[in-house]
Amino acid sequence: METQLETRQGANPTHSDGQLSKLDNKNRLTWVLFLLPALAIYILFMAVPLLGSIRLSLFTGEGIVPETFVGLENFSKLIYDPIWSEKLSNALKNTTILFLIHMGVQNTLGLLFAVLLTKKIRGFIFFRTIIFLPATLSVLVIGFLWKLILNPQWGAVPFLLDKIGLGDLIHPWLGDPKYALIVISLISCWQWVGLPTMMYLAALMGIPDDLIEASKVDGASASQTFWHIQLPLISPIVGIVSVLTFIGNFSAFDIIYAIASARGDPAGSTDIMGSLFYRTGIGGEVLSGHMDAGMGAAIAVVIFFVLLLGVAAWLFFSRKQQYDF
Amino acid sequence: MKYKIKLSNLGSYLILTTWSLIVLFPLYTMIVNSFKDQREIFRSPFSLPSSFTLEGYQNAISAGRFDLFFRNSIIVTVSSLVLILLLGSLAAYALARWKSKFSNFVYFFFILGLLIPIRLGTLSIIQIIISLKLNNSLLGLIPIYVAMGIPIAILVITAFIRSLPKDLLDAASIDGASEWQIYRSIVMPLVRPALSTVAIFNLIPIWNDFWFPLILIRQESNRTVPLGVTLLFGQYQTNWTNILSALSLATIPIILLYLLMASQFIKGLTAGAIKG
Repeated sequence: METQLETRQGANPTHSDGQLSKLDNKNRLTWVLFLLPALAIYILFMAVPLLGSIRLSLFTGEGIVPETFVGLENFSKLIYDPIWSEKLSNALKNTTILFLIHMGVQNTLGLLFAVLLTKKIRGFIFFRTIIFLPATLSVLVIGFLWKLILNPQWGAVPFLLDKIGLGDLIHPWLGDPKYALIVISLISCWQWVGLPTMMYLAALMGIPDDLIEASKVDGASASQTFWHIQLPLISPIVGIVSVLTFIGNFSAFDIIYAIASARGDPAGSTDIMGSLFYRTGIGGEVLSGHMDAGMGAAIAVVIFFVLLLGVAAWLFFSRKQQYDF
Repeated sequence: MKYKIKLSNLGSYLILTTWSLIVLFPLYTMIVNSFKDQREIFRSPFSLPSSFTLEGYQNAISAGRFDLFFRNSIIVTVSSLVLILLLGSLAAYALARWKSKFSNFVYFFFILGLLIPIRLGTLSIIQIIISLKLNNSLLGLIPIYVAMGIPIAILVITAFIRSLPKDLLDAASIDGASEWQIYRSIVMPLVRPALSTVAIFNLIPIWNDFWFPLILIRQESNRTVPLGVTLLFGQYQTNWTNILSALSLATIPIILLYLLMASQFIKGLTAGAIKG
């Protein structure tokens, strides 16, 4: 069948546009049929739920289908009711800290690793494979594992610190509201650093060798080459990495659930937007056992708008950058 | 200047080796201790096991029903991937061939799904799944994962089909081949690399997803691996051999699969992000 088609194509390489557009008309029905199954599932399980959640945020009541229409009352509660506004601002603050630590540690390390890997060093494949490895594993399992390893009771890490003479540093980090969020953020950076590394690596390897060679010939040091040639050229990827990190952190949940429970222990110090959303709309507050689907949906809408702001900021800056170069 | 270049290469190795150790340390600790009894885990957490035991693994499988969790995860992941590839490639074919305002709009509508986490619609998804009587069932997870995976499938496969020589498809069309025949016999064999990218991109998030099973599956026999691990983690709080064996069981298969095809994984998991 295939060979037959190929030979015929060879015999008749050009065709008039009129003939093709007639075919296009004939094929339109087939194309609609091809689109239909994907579109149906996508609409029913993605578009409808997102719009449905926006609608749900305007209702209040018990159970899964709250029936009392309250307009924007859920949102005004989130802002003006001291209990809710405290929870929301705490979660927003913690999620922002989570994001800033990912930007500062994960994405900076990722860029560093990518630059080191582009130096054509031996063991390239080995290092690349190891750096990316944790990103393939379940966030939940990684969370449990680190919780055990940092546990002062067993304490593989405390044990190690003691052995190398840093015993004074031992501390129940995850039980201390001052450190818990920072430690959890670092664990998450440990897991995901492979993603920015690989994206930066792909971008850096796309820069023509001539350009780097030319800068060396002109006497540029490695750091000058990085700041003046490599970094400006990969700046669009820096933007994409940042926006993906932002989206990931503002919808994160698993790592907090595994290490600090859905309450964001200790004392709500690790409560982020994802865990607040889960507790309010789905899991129920621990003490009251009460779940409030309308308020949960309102929190989802807040997350949605925060994400929109982030994406808009990215689009704005990536436009602006284009004028700079 | 000269010493700087040498030093920087030495520095590269130092940094990359240190990081590799930091990555491997927790995984090594997990696996090596899963074969030890409780006493040895506490006494010497970093040595190779001298009291070699498979008890933790036996417990995780017989009492913990890990075999069942694996079966469930495999069923959900494989069915979702097959549907994503089938429905995604059909739709991508239509979108690549059809040039009109409508098809552009549909394409854009699909791509929008890449930027919005499906989690935000969870409360409505619960209502829909319950009204379809699919709660507590593996069948309820599949359409959610398919909806989640379709945007990336459309993005990658449409781009790939558009990159094929246009004459190849047009000629077949003029020669009277139906759209189904062209899709089936010409396009499908050619887009295999794109299909594998899409499969890998979706494999890991679906296999590792914890959010939807946590919310939609209560019945123990329908738990997937991440949900099963959570259950065991709670049950075995003081039995470290059992906990570490359960965590190892959940990770080792993925690590092996990853090591077998690391470059495809890295390409697949970063491709979507870069093209997006």
